Amino acid sequence: MSKNTLYDKLWDSHQVRETDEGASVLYIDRHLVHEVTSPQAFEGLRMAGRKPWRADSVLATPDHNVPTTDRSRGIEETVARIQVETLDNNCDEFGLTEYKMDDPRQGIVHVVGPESGATLPGMTVVCGDSHTSTHGALGALSFGIGTSEVEHVLATQCLIQKKSKNMLIQVGGRLRDGVSAKDMALAIIGEIGTAGGTGYAIEFGGEAVRALSVEGRMTLCNMTIEAGARVGMVAVDDKTIEYVRGRIYAPKPEQWEQAKAAWADLHSDEGAEFDRVVTIDGAAIEPQVTWGTSPEMVLPVGGTVPRPEDEADSVKRGNIERALVYMGLEGGQAITDIKLDKVFIGSCTNSRIEDLRDAAALINGRQVAESINQALVVPGSGLVKRQAEAEGLDQVFTEAGFEWREPGCSMCLAMNADRLGDGEHCASTSNRNFEGRQGQGGRTHLVSPAMAAAAAIAGHFVDVAQYMQTPDNKEEV
Amino acid sequence: MDAFTTLDGLVVPLDRANVDTDAIIPKQFLKSVKRSGFGPNLFDEWRYLDVGEPDQDGVPLGYSSGRPLNADFVLNQPRYNGAQILIARDNFGCGSSREHAVWALLDYGIRVVIAPSFADIFYNNCFKNGVLPFALSGDEVDRLFNEIEASEGYRLKVDLAAQHVTLPSGETMRFEIDNFRKACLLQGLDEIGLSLQHADAVHDYETKRKQDAPWLFAS
Ligand code: SF4
Repeated sequence: MSKNTLYDKLWDSHQVRETDEGASVLYIDRHLVHEVTSPQAFEGLRMAGRKPWRADSVLATPDHNVPTTDRSRGIEETVARIQVETLDNNCDEFGLTEYKMDDPRQGIVHVVGPESGATLPGMTVVCGDSHTSTHGALGALSFGIGTSEVEHVLATQCLIQKKSKNMLIQVGGRLRDGVSAKDMALAIIGEIGTAGGTGYAIEFGGEAVRALSVEGRMTLCNMTIEAGARVGMVAVDDKTIEYVRGRIYAPKPEQWEQAKAAWADLHSDEGAEFDRVVTIDGAAIEPQVTWGTSPEMVLPVGGTVPRPEDEADSVKRGNIERALVYMGLEGGQAITDIKLDKVFIGSCTNSRIEDLRDAAALINGRQVAESINQALVVPGSGLVKRQAEAEGLDQVFTEAGFEWREPGCSMCLAMNADRLGDGEHCASTSNRNFEGRQGQGGRTHLVSPAMAAAAAIAGHFVDVAQYMQTPDNKEEV
Repeated sequence: MDAFTTLDGLVVPLDRANVDTDAIIPKQFLKSVKRSGFGPNLFDEWRYLDVGEPDQDGVPLGYSSGRPLNADFVLNQPRYNGAQILIARDNFGCGSSREHAVWALLDYGIRVVIAPSFADIFYNNCFKNGVLPFALSGDEVDRLFNEIEASEGYRLKVDLAAQHVTLPSGETMRFEIDNFRKACLLQGLDEIGLSLQHADAVHDYETKRKQDAPWLFAS
């Protein structure tokens, strides 16, 4: 018998046929939709007189534009409101399920999908959003698409795709205390670069990955796109199956055993061949902080910002120089000396309940530093928010000086009112530190939830270990 | 979609690696529900000195006349006025999947993008809109950057059917492209229409899947 990778298996089980040109007609099980990348697709459908092929495969929710403050008066900004209303109208017109802005299940589409069981092991999942790689944490084949492809999937339930190459990233060993899936993701990107995964589907494996919770695996797969790969995956194991059990769209009890049996095969066969294998020592990963304007510009918290003069390659040197100017940093400066203005805990990378628990545990009664202008916690979904409130986490945050908000993308991309001012430095649990990403002139440093919480308390970056060693040493309660 | 066959166009050099789609079209312009009108805001944060906002008081999205230009930014240099070919460094189009990035390039007038490498989603999105992206080697791109810099009015002739680009010297550089994409682009085909030709096979697939994995059809 041939030995297949997880990616091969997922691909083969969804290939309807091959085209004459050697591409695959790939069947799509789940189509997630949000307000920013779908209006033109629905418009295209209407203009061509087409209807969704399978309305029940779609789950929509607005997330990018929604306000995270009081929503009782709706969205005040006209263009944003029109976009959200357009999604509402399109879903109503075509009979698609949507968790609207006032629905308790509304949230960031990549949090809502797994949480509701709308994304399941063995599925093909697409969304007009590059972070669709997130759902691969469940052993699904999931990837981001453009708006034309959104229309294509709506109309045909399929995509014409060329298969990518297989890459395995093995993270061995055990992560040190205080080092999270986010640090693992950033360390991997630092290692292979933001184009390292281009053309590949990446499977994450190894002891440190197996030891991650399913939510941690989502954080890891989420940032696959920052490593250049559209697809990130983790094999199914008992944790995956336990995670899925009982969710809204999970298999019904009478289908459960059949589903479990099918999912048991969702791993790469022993001896399956990968086009590229990268091995990383998990035990050596330290808490990570990005210093520049690309996720690969990342260092351990104990590091110092690179000096351009140490870089021999002229293109790379130019990139470092440009990034230093934009970030307002000096070559040789210690990461821990970077002063912060804002802190953002949220985004599809790190806004799930475990992320909020991590951050809250670190705070442990401490206060946000005086020098921080604003510290935001934005839960990934209404259900996450409700759960956090049931656990009293909102109290921990607000008592420390954080603002506790309604779910959405928020300051991850600053399409709504939550954004950085010109020149402000932000410790952010999101996934992109591009120029202007969190507001024009804003300076983003990507970190884990615990690192963001620690930075909020200190006013600058610190190793989380510093706060973890003295859990009882509360300054005030 | 407009077909693409050949193009003889002025080239504008954007000497940066990792040009991301946030830079190509910043998020505040993604609130439009249309496909057109993004051109004036292409590279907005680099092109203008002020902060670009989609106007909320009735001025159409993408309106930008009268804004202060950043004279240093390459697109604002008069010698590159009317460019239809953009050349840049590695990993062009990385980041968000927003197809608005391609719509903005197209709306501005760009039909060809050349770089040593592209991000996958951006690359894919180009073909849906009649924009041709192709990779040349790092050395070839280097050479083109030098030649463009050295001679004002530098043009390239791109021939998709022949898969090559002709330099002013008459030399050619070959590029690779997948056959399906090439055929669609050459003829400006409606891919959805093409896909619907497989409808029977899709129905058969669904029938089988409903037995093997009924939970996928539950809701
Ligand atoms: S949280 Fe950020 S990265 Fe995730 S979907 Fe929203 S905008 Fe995109």
